[in-house]
Amino acid sequence: MTGLVQLQSNRAGPSVRFRWLDALWIQVTGTLCNIACLHCFISCGPKATQVPMMSAEEIERALSDGRDLGMRQVYFTGGEPFLHPELRRVVRGALAIAPLTIITNGLLIDEATAGWLAEESAASRYSLDLRVSLDGMTAAQNDPVRGRGTFDLIVESLARLARHGLSPVVTVVEHEQVESSRTLFLDFVRGLGIRQPRVKFLPLLRIGREERRTHGYEEIMNDVPLLPEVEASLLCASGRIVTAQGVYTCPILIEHATARISDSLAGAQRDLQLSWAACQTCVLDGLRCNT
Amino acid sequence: MRAAFFGGVYSNWLALEQALRDARQRGAEAIYCLGDLGAFGPHPDRSIELLREGGVPTVQGNYDDSVGNDRPDCGCGYTDPRDNHYARISYAYTQEKTSSAHKPWLATLPHKLAFENAGLRYSMVHGSPRQQNEFLWETASPDHLLERLCGDADVLLCTHTGLHWQRTLPSGKRVVNVGALGRPANDGRTCVWYAFLDTEAEEPFAFIPVSYDHQRLAREMREEKLPDEFVETVLTGWWTTCLEVLPAKERLKGRF
Ligand code: SF4
Ligand code: SF4
Ligand SMILES: [Fe+2]
Repeated sequence: MTGLVQLQSNRAGPSVRFRWLDALWIQVTGTLCNIACLHCFISCGPKATQVPMMSAEEIERALSDGRDLGMRQVYFTGGEPFLHPELRRVVRGALAIAPLTIITNGLLIDEATAGWLAEESAASRYSLDLRVSLDGMTAAQNDPVRGRGTFDLIVESLARLARHGLSPVVTVVEHEQVESSRTLFLDFVRGLGIRQPRVKFLPLLRIGREERRTHGYEEIMNDVPLLPEVEASLLCASGRIVTAQGVYTCPILIEHATARISDSLAGAQRDLQLSWAACQTCVLDGLRCNT
Repeated sequence: MRAAFFGGVYSNWLALEQALRDARQRGAEAIYCLGDLGAFGPHPDRSIELLREGGVPTVQGNYDDSVGNDRPDCGCGYTDPRDNHYARISYAYTQEKTSSAHKPWLATLPHKLAFENAGLRYSMVHGSPRQQNEFLWETASPDHLLERLCGDADVLLCTHTGLHWQRTLPSGKRVVNVGALGRPANDGRTCVWYAFLDTEAEEPFAFIPVSYDHQRLAREMREEKLPDEFVETVLTGWWTTCLEVLPAKERLKGRF
């Protein structure tokens, strides 16, 4: 477990009422990733197995539990979902019942993979969204964070997805190297051949590897009630994440034992007290992981 | 029974006027509006007055709640800064131009309307039955969720997304997103759409395109100094804003 800054137990954070299950997140590959970004908020990497990969059966169980609870959309995340050996099977299973977003670094999306993604997307009545992370418009901006050579490979994958008629959403974590404006970034993405380009900027989460790189959270929220619209818009008000180790509050906290709130998705449908340091990013910086 | 259902009017009073005429010509015994009277277009009072004078039962949209209660923003539920930028411009305009005589009416519109016909229960909401500004997109609303949202209604009618679609669920219930009169459906056509029910017809719900004097609307929008991006949508049929919330399939059908 990473150096979690938690509130002293005598001070509770604000509470969040669980509204309904809107987003079902599934940690399909656990913390396994083919790269190890400096700013990764859950310390993922090629040897990171602290959260194990889920089996296809476990993923299918999560999907059917989610359907029974009326979920609106599914997210596959990791680690890197394209490392899952049975990804195509579970993508098809998800798209048979709900819209799906895959959060990916894009590096493993080769020609054949882009091809089957396009097929699965076309065969489903529901939308398949791909969210590909990139950390700048040049290798000089991106590679120090994501690893040498990754910029060119990610850009190739984006162009490949576009050629297959898909419209990936490019997500950018706001770190110090990116000063580029949205418009410039959109033009850049459009230049890769992506129609209807979308770019989503995410605030940096100062936990996981990022906490050791820069600094963690010093300030801590108190238990002043949240504004109702802020509370309702938090991911944990209408989403949960299923991992191989149980159900957690949200994708951000899967390495924090105290954020494991149930064995089952049904049991995880309950109100929370925000007692984790990272909650500040959601509450104060407005981080929303949904597309 | 024949009935017409209008979605988001967004101050497009010219399209509303034309749609009212069209629905009456088609023999509608009832006409309903599913809310969002303001936003986007010019002279918000004109649309409100057409509905009030026509005695059209109207569901409250997020925009009507915001304008009627002088809330700080329109509550459209956008997540992108550019979308929010345009949303703020049209909201400030609409809030200022809506007569205070209409605000209490907007503030007290119901969240739901319902009727029964031939043993079927029809329920009308703006976004979804559980949330006024929930987006029910065709490719992002799973069957099992819609079954749930229908509750005891046999037919659920909604708007808020601005794109029309309908689906018969495995249970036989039906969900109809009636689309919007306020702006075109991001399909490169300048017409706007509403839903028409004819219980005698083989397919009970039909989507009706409404052509109206969109050149005049564009002129009025320019005179009112509304954003050029909005005017472009009126003239081309392609959305230029509010695009971030679209699911992938809807996004790929548009131009931007
Ligand atoms: S940020 Fe994403 S791509 Fe980078 S190491 Fe973490 S999981 Fe892998
Ligand atoms: S990190 Fe964010 S989503 Fe997770 S529990 Fe805290 S506030 Fe909720
Ligand atoms: Fe609305």
